[in-house]
Amino acid sequence: MNRASLHPLTITGLLFAGIAAPLLFPAYTNQAAVLWLMIVFASTWDILGGQMGYNSLGNIFFFGAGMYTSAVVQIGLFYDVGMYTSGARTTHIVFTTAQYFTGFALGAVAAGIGAAALALVTSWIVFGLRGPYFAIGTLGVAVAGAELIASWEWLGAAAGISMPVFPGAPEAQKLFFYFLLFGLAFVVLVFLRWLYSTNFGLAINAIRDDEEKAEAMGLHTRRYKRVAWSISAFFLGIAGAIFGNMTGFIEPRDIAFPTTTFNIFMILMVLLGGKGTFWGPVVGAIVFDVIKEVTWTYFLGWQFVALGLLIVIIVVYFQQGIVGWLMEKYPSRFGIRVAPKESDQYVRSIGLAPHPEGAE
Amino acid sequence: MEQVLANISVLAAMPIFNLGLLIDGLLVGSIFALAAYGLALVWGVMNVKNLAQGDFIMIGGYLTWSLGRHGINPLLGIPVAIVVLWGIGWILYRTVISKVITRDLFTSLLATFGIAIVIQQGLNLAFGPDTQSAHADLPTLSFAGGLITIAATRVVGFVFAILLAVAVILFMKKSRMGQAIRATAQDARAARVLGIDTEKVYSFTFCLNAAICGAAGALVAMVWNVQPFLGTTYSIRLFVIVTAAGFGNLPGVIAAGFGMGVFEQFGGFVLGAEFQQALIVLLLLAVLAVRQLQQLRVRQAVQ
Repeated sequence: MNRASLHPLTITGLLFAGIAAPLLFPAYTNQAAVLWLMIVFASTWDILGGQMGYNSLGNIFFFGAGMYTSAVVQIGLFYDVGMYTSGARTTHIVFTTAQYFTGFALGAVAAGIGAAALALVTSWIVFGLRGPYFAIGTLGVAVAGAELIASWEWLGAAAGISMPVFPGAPEAQKLFFYFLLFGLAFVVLVFLRWLYSTNFGLAINAIRDDEEKAEAMGLHTRRYKRVAWSISAFFLGIAGAIFGNMTGFIEPRDIAFPTTTFNIFMILMVLLGGKGTFWGPVVGAIVFDVIKEVTWTYFLGWQFVALGLLIVIIVVYFQQGIVGWLMEKYPSRFGIRVAPKESDQYVRSIGLAPHPEGAE
Repeated sequence: MEQVLANISVLAAMPIFNLGLLIDGLLVGSIFALAAYGLALVWGVMNVKNLAQGDFIMIGGYLTWSLGRHGINPLLGIPVAIVVLWGIGWILYRTVISKVITRDLFTSLLATFGIAIVIQQGLNLAFGPDTQSAHADLPTLSFAGGLITIAATRVVGFVFAILLAVAVILFMKKSRMGQAIRATAQDARAARVLGIDTEKVYSFTFCLNAAICGAAGALVAMVWNVQPFLGTTYSIRLFVIVTAAGFGNLPGVIAAGFGMGVFEQFGGFVLGAEFQQALIVLLLLAVLAVRQLQQLRVRQAVQ
């Protein structure tokens, strides 16, 4: 396979969309920022879930870990963390502009590296597990992370931490975080496009298709799995650092490790868009986030019931996702050659869309 | 930390306290064992890992609690919960489970996770997020000069859990349907060839599991408490039990259920009740890590 990168036209389109959005719709800057965050979530989940066939239920762990790492670095550079987070603190602590930006920059880098390091450590526990055990094990890691921080006084326990305040006008703050998240999503997409075209991409696809055979062919499957998980953790850690500063307040159960919201959104967006395809997670993230933003407020408390139903419906009836469905319907548009006679058979056999009938 | 050490020294100084915790743990563990058996049944027969197991328990618990609130003895909640959960299980089987049963494992896991979210949020909307408990108006027994106190409800719960478990096990061993279920678990294809309607067996197994969960839930509401979001904790707990024992190993599942009850009583006493959930999750990770080490050994032996 050739070392493909994103088409220049696509890059231009992405940059144009990213820069134009806050200028055209200044009232929705925050929503657009969250949309880019969702694209990061879905694309990084798909590295493991779609391309490598390891369905994780605990990727949110790295998001929260990055958020807390960056908080500790940002505060710890200039003050004592235990003092800052203690509930009894009465003094008001102000960060100067220089302190804020150096702290944030170092914090974000530390968050990415820290999350990747945690991925390497946790991979010792989870990567011997296969299939559903892997999903449950990673869910356990995420819940354990939340519970650990919720009982850790030094990190503010369940009461959370108020992050340093952005030195500047609210409008500037919105644009600052918007462009950070857009930049992150852009880097993730360009990087993943390149990654999937290398031998590494082929190797993780081989692990998805048949891990035993891949191992027998001489692939160091464990090493590939670890690296893939660390890549996804690295980007999620940085996303956590940015999002923590964007909300201004972090707390373990609902913001840093939200196992029943962001964590499930990731999987749902990928399934909706199409697992194991490059554009699927992006399409899924956009469709899901827009539908959610538009309809969420009309459900009056029934949002999460609707979310659960949506999971069941997508999983049971529409598992190939939007892009997967399009690929099946118009294979020639995606550069998939179809033999004229047994077209249906061929599309099935490339393994893009698991067919219910194919299971027996 | 000092609190933990102090609690441990209390246990060391007063052996009778250990006995009390042990008895309490065994009484509670019987309910875990019952529900874990249901999980192992569905897992073994249908190869579906039901993440909504704990939420079925919560439905049963809330049924019993609402009966108790209308002045009906919560003990009557057990048959009601069994019947209602059987129905719910049947509906879920027809609409969701029967469609994911032949797919890959993550599909059924995610589908049951979706069901779990719907049940949790539905209960939350219907009953509110408060912790509730059904009172059966039974006395608290005390022994050894008041050092060991045992709530009679826990004893009743224990007896009912054992009775139900024995009934289910006898059913599986003796009845025609039980034999069909076991045959399907061994080899679904061969069972179909020999004329067993496996579709019916799957549907029956799932309903039976839901009913077992309903009964366990009724007992939980009596001896403990129910809350819409506690279901996840129960699911993880049951998953730990079945993973630790292995799903084909019935005596193992029951022993692990009792062990879980005792472990939680001691852990809760030493560390404090607020660490309960963290404790269960850590136990899950520990069990998975140990299982993995065992498999590693097998793999090396094969190589």
